Amino acid sequence: MKPYHYVLLFLLCVIAPFILPDYRTQLALLWVMIVLALSWDILGGQMGYNSFGNIIFFGVGMYACAVFQRDSGLSYYPALLIGMGLGGLFAMLTAALLGNALLGMRGHYFAIGTLGLGVAAGELAGGWDYIGAGSGMTTPLFPGELANRDVFFYFLFFAWALVGFLGLRWLYRGRFGLAINAIRDDEDKAESMGIHTTRYKVTAWIFSALFLGVIGGGAGNLIGFIDPKDVAFSGPTFGVWMILMAITGGKGRLWGPVVGAVVFHFTQELFWTLLLGWQRVALGLLIILIVLFFPEGILGWIAQRFPQRAAAKAQLDDKSKQAS
Amino acid sequence: MSSALLDVASVSKSFGGVEANRDISLSVPEGKIIGLIGPNGSGKTTLFNSIVGYHPVDSGSIRFNDKEITQLLVPDIARLGMLRTFQQTRIYGRMSCIQNLQISMPLAKHNLKSVFRPVQRDDMEQIEEMLAFVGLHAKRHLLAGDLSFGQQKLLEFAMALIAEPKLLLLDEPTAGINPTLINGLIDRLKVANKELGITLFIIEHNMRVIMNIADHIYCLAHGKLLAQGTPEQIQNDQTVIDAYLGAH
Repeated sequence: MKPYHYVLLFLLCVIAPFILPDYRTQLALLWVMIVLALSWDILGGQMGYNSFGNIIFFGVGMYACAVFQRDSGLSYYPALLIGMGLGGLFAMLTAALLGNALLGMRGHYFAIGTLGLGVAAGELAGGWDYIGAGSGMTTPLFPGELANRDVFFYFLFFAWALVGFLGLRWLYRGRFGLAINAIRDDEDKAESMGIHTTRYKVTAWIFSALFLGVIGGGAGNLIGFIDPKDVAFSGPTFGVWMILMAITGGKGRLWGPVVGAVVFHFTQELFWTLLLGWQRVALGLLIILIVLFFPEGILGWIAQRFPQRAAAKAQLDDKSKQAS
Repeated sequence: MSSALLDVASVSKSFGGVEANRDISLSVPEGKIIGLIGPNGSGKTTLFNSIVGYHPVDSGSIRFNDKEITQLLVPDIARLGMLRTFQQTRIYGRMSCIQNLQISMPLAKHNLKSVFRPVQRDDMEQIEEMLAFVGLHAKRHLLAGDLSFGQQKLLEFAMALIAEPKLLLLDEPTAGINPTLINGLIDRLKVANKELGITLFIIEHNMRVIMNIADHIYCLAHGKLLAQGTPEQIQNDQTVIDAYLGAH
């Protein structure tokens, strides 16, 4: 992609809610999905650690934000923004605590270890009166006109997705990205070369939690009602989707989760509209087809199909890196 | 003895009923090339694994640079400046050759500022030089996993060198490499030792190679230290010849 492609894409994102006014909520939700996929890919794609429990950070952020909005006494906008920040902070703390315990395990053991996280968190939240227990929490009403609500959330989430995308692009280009790639390829070798593997692994999870916690705080407000099991710690929906989106697009590639999220979200809504009652079946079939025929995801398939283009790009990148 | 860079004193290691190493003592003086030979299964790699902290030893002590390292773990020992290469070559397969070297740059450069920043230009120059040194410059953009076995060995060697260790343990550096490349590798080992000042401790089955480059050789058999001496002494040692030819 050339620079003007990025500019065009950016402009398209800016005008999208105005040319498609009926789909504003869905478009806002699309940015949530992109952040979910991008943050899962930090561990799942770049580091080779499949986490099935990342949904916990989403839910922690959601609750932290909602509690702050309920109890702070601030007006809507400052309470929301500070709340989302706090959501990120609490999610990061959760990741630091869990990371030191779980990231000592490798490969499948880590994956299984994370499997119960979302379930346990949902049960705990469902039994805690301070955060509404089983009846959940309702987020404050948007103060302005209802029509502006979705536009506001669209741009809020767009901004955070952009921060996430550019932040990850920067991280992956530095030694941090190289280190987590090394852990993916051969963790024993990385250790024998003296790399502080555990430190990198926990840091990577904390970044993942930051992006999820902040977007979780916002997503709770977009949805309007926080149910402990069906919204906040919803493993079967958001928790699984973030993995599917990253794999669909091509895990371990910066653009993979973005492409995956867009394709996934659109097909999901399409199925919901056209095949009501069978939408989950259709989605399941689609996932099976993707895993069977595109195991490396859409972008991975393209890279295999047009290897010369990928190789030329690698050399160009290299030259521009040396020039800068 | 305390002047040696690496001191192994009476190290024993058993796996169940198998005594892989029994009461082994040896030392690697700074700046030298030391060889370790012995028939298959004589405990050479086990000794390497014990030294780098891959598994705990049953008894004995290991000192590196006048520091007790017997209880330390692999990454801690690596950070002290002792690296090893693997018999089954280990590289980062889905990263390019350049990236393999970038992440292997000395750990002193892994400070907080550098971790979140692209690799710097002077580092890139050093990386290109190192790739040229092992003859992989033309392949620098390829994924390491797509290289041939011999090339991967050279890459692993380059990764170890660019990390600037004090002591490098090489586990059969020439196994699986074609004879022409072996000659080049011998030269490179000598350059690494003389010009980069890296002390080498090498497990090797290729007698021509080890006799050619080692200053001092230790020979293991059945987990015990059988003989030691200069290459000439080892070549003429009847117990070594018997161990290799299987005399009774």
